[in-house]
Amino acid sequence: MGLDIRIPIGLLFGLLGLLLVGYGVLGDPAIYQRSLGININLDWGAVMGAFGLTMWIFGRRRRG
Amino acid sequence: MPHIAIHAVDYTILIVYFGFVLGIGWALKRYMKTSTDFFLSGRSIPAWVSGLAFISANLGAQEVIGMGASGAKYGIATSHFYWVGAIPAMVFVGVFMMPFYYGSRARSVPEYLKLRYDEKTRGLNAISFAVMTIFSSGISLYAMGLLLETLLGWDFSFSVLISAVIVLGYTFLGGLTSAIYNEVLQFFLIVMGFLPLVALGLKDAGGWSGLQGRLHLVATARGFAAGAFTHSWAYLGSASSNPLGVEWFGMVMGLGFVLSFGYWCTDFLVVQRAMASNSMSAARRTPLIAAIPKMFFPFLVILPGMIAIGLTQQAGQSGFALPAKPDGTLNYDMAIPLMLGHYFPSGMLGIGLAALMASFMSGMAGNVTAFNTVWTYDIYQSYIRRNESDQHYLWMGRMSTIFGIAASVLAAYVATQFNNIMDMLQLVFAFVNAPLFATFLLGMFWKRATGHGAFSGLLAGTAAAALHHGLTLPAHATPGIRGGWLGGIFGIVHHYPSEMAQNFWTAIYAWTICFVVTIVVSLATRPRPERELVGLVYSLTERPHDEHEPWYKRPAVLGVIVLTMTLVLNIIFW
Repeated sequence: MGLDIRIPIGLLFGLLGLLLVGYGVLGDPAIYQRSLGININLDWGAVMGAFGLTMWIFGRRRRG
Repeated sequence: MPHIAIHAVDYTILIVYFGFVLGIGWALKRYMKTSTDFFLSGRSIPAWVSGLAFISANLGAQEVIGMGASGAKYGIATSHFYWVGAIPAMVFVGVFMMPFYYGSRARSVPEYLKLRYDEKTRGLNAISFAVMTIFSSGISLYAMGLLLETLLGWDFSFSVLISAVIVLGYTFLGGLTSAIYNEVLQFFLIVMGFLPLVALGLKDAGGWSGLQGRLHLVATARGFAAGAFTHSWAYLGSASSNPLGVEWFGMVMGLGFVLSFGYWCTDFLVVQRAMASNSMSAARRTPLIAAIPKMFFPFLVILPGMIAIGLTQQAGQSGFALPAKPDGTLNYDMAIPLMLGHYFPSGMLGIGLAALMASFMSGMAGNVTAFNTVWTYDIYQSYIRRNESDQHYLWMGRMSTIFGIAASVLAAYVATQFNNIMDMLQLVFAFVNAPLFATFLLGMFWKRATGHGAFSGLLAGTAAAALHHGLTLPAHATPGIRGGWLGGIFGIVHHYPSEMAQNFWTAIYAWTICFVVTIVVSLATRPRPERELVGLVYSLTERPHDEHEPWYKRPAVLGVIVLTMTLVLNIIFW
């Protein structure tokens, strides 16, 4: 079917990752008391963004 | 229970996610030209996509929340639902059964029954399946409305209607492909949303060893040996020494054989995902690819429940504990949702909630796409309007999608009024499903099995399940919905140590009766000529050849790898 699913996965997780990283950098650090002092938005947002980018690259390459 | 506060960033995340969900449906709309596109994705899905959809369709929120709750109640023994109750059946359906499902070109599981047996066997299966999917989808909606009401304070009707509209939007536009694509999206979202939860929970509990220590206290406080919550097999020798309340034989035969094979090998909801793949080889690999993440799901959905009960027993640094319900028992069902609210700050919380809502919706979409196919092909085209154009059936597929979703919403509201009706329906479905695998096993591997045999076997098996349930009772239960409802007339024949043990044995009896009756009636009725059974029965079908394929594309090799990995997991957590 014409649409390669890796493209929307890549875009979605890339976007969500960026959002989390941005919020983790700019937001109020006091909220990370809940997550045991870890800035989980920054850390996990980076992981999600990297995953999104990988998916997107693979999806683009296959289409060629 | 105070509501969890969510902020603008969380709403943004939810809106972005649901925008993508609908966008995928919109982007696929132009590819939906024939009924095969709409109901079977034009048989064009690559194996890894159908594989992830195969487990995702099953990973509804009831499963996520239910497995978390069971992890808290029973500990690591809950993993039997994966390592015994899913993986072996997934390997079996891929290696042995898919050649008949995919190779026969049947468009649905009931249609296979029609090709192999006869019209009445198909009719029985199609109608019971169609009714069942509508109610499962309604129960999914109901559970979500209730959860969002308790957790976030959202209005029940608002949650139910908005998710019904979203699911309608993407399944109406993009058919099965849209459902499958969104299931893949949801798979990654659940993994991404829950992994940090497990990590934070484990850290709070002092790592695996800290958790083990807490779970030893949980086990001894409940009167079990210290290891009963951290060992999956060691205490299954007798039903009274483990929290599940089952002994190993009932567990392996009831759960591992009858219930598990009955679900993974015959339920069209999952089999449809494999039927949509782009080749016989991909169809066979679908459940095998699915089995690899499936075997690690216990660490994603059961472990949080274990962490929750461990921290309730002995607090960690953050003070998480499960709340009690009004009747004084712990609220196990809220284990995962409450942990999300406790550990996730705004931002990550949006991801966790999106994952939770996505799993409710994809559970619903899975049911709706299976329903519209069975309705259109097996009921409408077979019994109502036989010789219409393909465009007409495509139109009917869209109409039945609308009908299916409207009926689910109705079922969700019925559930708010009569909670017992849902329990009762699920019980009836269990009776209907329990014997099903015997019918398929004999159909695929014994060419002498006949339509009359299969039909009477199914009826007898269902009756046997109902009778067994009516005559037995789990410990601490009163006769009624939990069993023993025939006790007034015949007396209670047997008491089981737990409801789970009773369920497993109900399934074992139903399967055995169906198996025996099918054989006896088949031998007494006229067999079908062999030429009609080519491609439908093992001994009359040419084996698919895959010697020229690389090892990672050969189902038998993958099956052995999957089973070996599962065995290792069982040994580690013995």
